[in-house]
Amino acid sequence: MLSEEQVRDIAKLARIKLTDEEVSKFSKQLTSVLGYVDILGEVDTENVKETSQVTGLANVMEKDEIKKSQSTREELLGCSELAVDSNQVRVMNAIK
Amino acid sequence: MSDLNKLSIAEASKGLREKKFSSEDLTNACLGAIKERDKDINAFVTLSDELAIEKAKEVDKKLAVGDDLPILAGIPAGLKDIFNTKGVRTTCCSPILKDFVPPYDATVVEMLNDNGMVMLGKTNMDEFACGVSTEHSCFGVTKNPYDLERVAGGSSGGSAAALAADMCIYSMGTDTGGSIRQPASLCGVYGMKVTYGRVSRSGVSAMASSWDTIGPFAKTTEDISYILNAISGRDRRDSTTPDVAVPDYTKFLDQDVKGLRIGLPKEYFGEGVEKETAELVRDAVKKLEGAGAIVEEMELPLTKYAVAVYYVSTPAELSANLERFDGIRYGKRAVDDVDNLVDAYFDARGEGFGDEIKLRLMIGTYVLSAGYFDAYYKKAQRVRTLIIEEFNNVFEKYDVLIAPVSPFPAFKVGELVNDPLSMYMADVLTIPASVAGIPALACPVGKSANGLPIGLQVIAPQFEEGRCLKVGSVLEKL
Repeated sequence: MLSEEQVRDIAKLARIKLTDEEVSKFSKQLTSVLGYVDILGEVDTENVKETSQVTGLANVMEKDEIKKSQSTREELLGCSELAVDSNQVRVMNAIK
Repeated sequence: MSDLNKLSIAEASKGLREKKFSSEDLTNACLGAIKERDKDINAFVTLSDELAIEKAKEVDKKLAVGDDLPILAGIPAGLKDIFNTKGVRTTCCSPILKDFVPPYDATVVEMLNDNGMVMLGKTNMDEFACGVSTEHSCFGVTKNPYDLERVAGGSSGGSAAALAADMCIYSMGTDTGGSIRQPASLCGVYGMKVTYGRVSRSGVSAMASSWDTIGPFAKTTEDISYILNAISGRDRRDSTTPDVAVPDYTKFLDQDVKGLRIGLPKEYFGEGVEKETAELVRDAVKKLEGAGAIVEEMELPLTKYAVAVYYVSTPAELSANLERFDGIRYGKRAVDDVDNLVDAYFDARGEGFGDEIKLRLMIGTYVLSAGYFDAYYKKAQRVRTLIIEEFNNVFEKYDVLIAPVSPFPAFKVGELVNDPLSMYMADVLTIPASVAGIPALACPVGKSANGLPIGLQVIAPQFEEGRCLKVGSVLEKL
């Protein structure tokens, strides 16, 4: 069983704020899922390569061509509700 | 002419060309069905009805002057709310994106628009495509048109239900571990999971990048082939689309199945699979045998590990993909009244994601963390390799595999929602093909005693969607 402290640690790494109620619920659910996936231990994977993608493609290159974008500068800036200043979105201070 | 909304693409397209009705009539018929039925079903989360009528009128004008238009021109469709649609809200059914209006179209949307699509609106889904029941949506659950107390499946439940209830002529979804096939099966329509890389994913929100695929729901295999013709192929904006020639998929329809080697993997008919489901699928296979196919039971022993591979690998990829939702570009906006930036992230993500996403982000974060990376993540990637090899081996002996899609028909709303692991098992028969990135077509085969649709899937090697269509189309007429 994953402890509530462990759940809080994982949530912290994932940058998710949890309520106490959520911590308790997720501790049970995480334990159940992580317990289940342990069956992978039954499979002998010695000297087996890892698959990270299935296309067989490597180093896909494209010609560096200038193409017209579907979106205008205004449309892109308009996606944010934050204030726009000199064609940039104004975000909060990272350092105070 | 009444009931235009019930037509297939082929029938509707023919009617348009013969001037029996206009695209505007067809679009109005679908919008009428939405008005009548969707308050009970909840398949659409955003309607673009005005745009749809506008587009339909444009197509009608072109048809009137005798322009040679693509078969999909003027045909109304529903799009899963995960496809970016320029100017039309696209939410992934997540609170964090609830006001997001994309400034561009996904490649697939562009391609469908070039083919004259009339987009009716955006359909409901599990948040960020994580789920098998469309219960994890900030817009509420989509009900199964065959029984409103039951789920439509997921994650593309809205697209499947919209089609099954004749609220559109075709629809589009995404399939990462079964999200097209399972709802197609539960709603009694055709649904195609393509080979990974066959269709561009550019502009479609990523769930698990090495698994995600895009595909159609339709009323017939012929319709599926038209949509595949329109959306398949290499895209310079998606570097995972190999340069493999796109055949004319209609050419595969109704090809003779004489001598075709069909494997029935016994693991897909075993424990956990309802008897009625297994029997209906076997009956269908017998018909193919009667048509000259060679059918053999065979084994895929690693099948039982596929769900575990999936629930290590995909949450890991999800947790990386959803890092971008940080409250600065999307979601609850970080403003200067928080003490530091990290708090802003915690707030935006804590409020902006639903429970299932939080759970999966934590699974992903856990399996990618330093102490567990080898034991979980790399292990899963190695087992993935073995499952792929297992499929490669059986495809030396068999042309296609046939199996049930879902181990059981549509379950009741709320029945599994508090038990994620049981919910995950609903995809136990669809995940293996996703592990290997191979295509599979879900086909309706009949109904359970209580009237719920049951489906089978035709699974083929990479880029052999044509084989799925061949078998599916023959079966459709038997």
